[in-house]
Amino acid sequence: MTSIDAIGVQVEAMHGNVRPILNEVIHAIDRLLEEDIPTTIDLAGLPFAPGELDELEATLGTGELAAQLDALGNSRIRETTYPGVWWIEHRNVHDEIVGRYLEVTRVPEILSSQDADICAGRARLREQLE
Amino acid sequence: MKYTPTVGEILQAKGVSRRGFLKYCATTASLLALPPSMIPRIAAALENARRPSVIWLSFQECTGCTESLTRSASPTVEGLIFDAISLDYHHTLQAASGEQAEAARHAAMEENDGGYLVLVDGSIPMGNPGFSTIAGVSNHDMLMETVAGAAAVVSIGSCAAFGGIPGANPNPTGAVAVSDLVKDKPIINVPGCPPIPMVMTAVLTQFLTFGQLPEVDKLGRPLAFFGKTIHDRCYRRPFYEQGKFAESFDDEGAKAGWCLYKLGCKGPTTYNACATVKWNSGTSFPIESGHPCLGCSEPNFWDKGGFYQPISTGHFGSGAKLAGAAAAGVALGVAAAAAGRRRQAKFTKEA
Repeated sequence: MTSIDAIGVQVEAMHGNVRPILNEVIHAIDRLLEEDIPTTIDLAGLPFAPGELDELEATLGTGELAAQLDALGNSRIRETTYPGVWWIEHRNVHDEIVGRYLEVTRVPEILSSQDADICAGRARLREQLE
Repeated sequence: MKYTPTVGEILQAKGVSRRGFLKYCATTASLLALPPSMIPRIAAALENARRPSVIWLSFQECTGCTESLTRSASPTVEGLIFDAISLDYHHTLQAASGEQAEAARHAAMEENDGGYLVLVDGSIPMGNPGFSTIAGVSNHDMLMETVAGAAAVVSIGSCAAFGGIPGANPNPTGAVAVSDLVKDKPIINVPGCPPIPMVMTAVLTQFLTFGQLPEVDKLGRPLAFFGKTIHDRCYRRPFYEQGKFAESFDDEGAKAGWCLYKLGCKGPTTYNACATVKWNSGTSFPIESGHPCLGCSEPNFWDKGGFYQPISTGHFGSGAKLAGAAAAGVALGVAAAAAGRRRQAKFTKEA
């Protein structure tokens, strides 16, 4: 089957969304450093032109830390080349993307072990020792 | 009323971790177009929410709305059916048929009296009850019987919301919308031919999460998705402002991805979220694929002139002014869109 990329349509580049988002990221970093307030940018609500999301991802790049979460489908959580700026992608059990976010924080909340899970784990461990 | 487990209990029983639950809440916030700061509130509400009983009625329809819903990626339709709602009756999806199916509908109505949701796709024929019946019952009678004990009604698709294609001129079956018949229940319209699956699930999720239906516009559509036009959120909008238009489907403008206004795009007068939510798991939407918006989420979209006629030269008549504004682009472009919307409003009022 021919790839859709083979169709000879070249969309004129506009790059309208990438720069404003990068500016928003800078403001979010300011807020994190000065007020210790994290920011989440939901990328789903923005009208990206074809290729713009890839451009944003490529501009932010891949940093030194990446994690994969396996809960209700896979999630990819990785720090970009800009420390404190995280690219988070949630997929469902059919591996379809259901959410895409930029989090400006020290550690994304979803990476922390949650008290409910810790309690359930402790109970399991105790049961195993009985 | 029978005991219905909370969503928290259901997910716990399924072995879903707290992390998984937080992920679910994050995607729910995204789905409801709520800011990420709302995630903790959604988590608290969802944990204790009890899944509502849903009865889905299909009348004069093509099953496209159900097809669309079953391709909803967020949450999956299985998740929606088994976790978020209790889908107690749906002709196409349920295993039961005949008397068993009708018994399931009546049982759901009795057990959840006053608290269930009725989802309707398809219009209701008023010309002759025999045009469309289910188990020997006319669509009208089944609708009125079922909504009597409902908390709210959701009209899924343009047929249920506005009459749709069955109601198009000359409307041989006398098709009407749900809102033409049901006057004493809250009604949410989720139009589209078909509607965006995520919008359908968002309405259900909002009801599940906050126990209330979303804020709507004057046509009863959820504002979070129908608050802006396709044109307002279209990535090709800058070309419209610059006066750069595709004149045919194979010219240089089309290949460069310029604005499709002159090829009949109804984006300026169509309120929907296709440009941001997109279709096929967020792959694209019609304009991104090089085709003008048909305006399928607006009333009487089928009768508004040719799909490939510019708004300015179609049904609305006074074409020259609007076409001139479009050609001039830049500042005039915004005025043209506004003028188109005013005409749209006038048309809707007259219809």
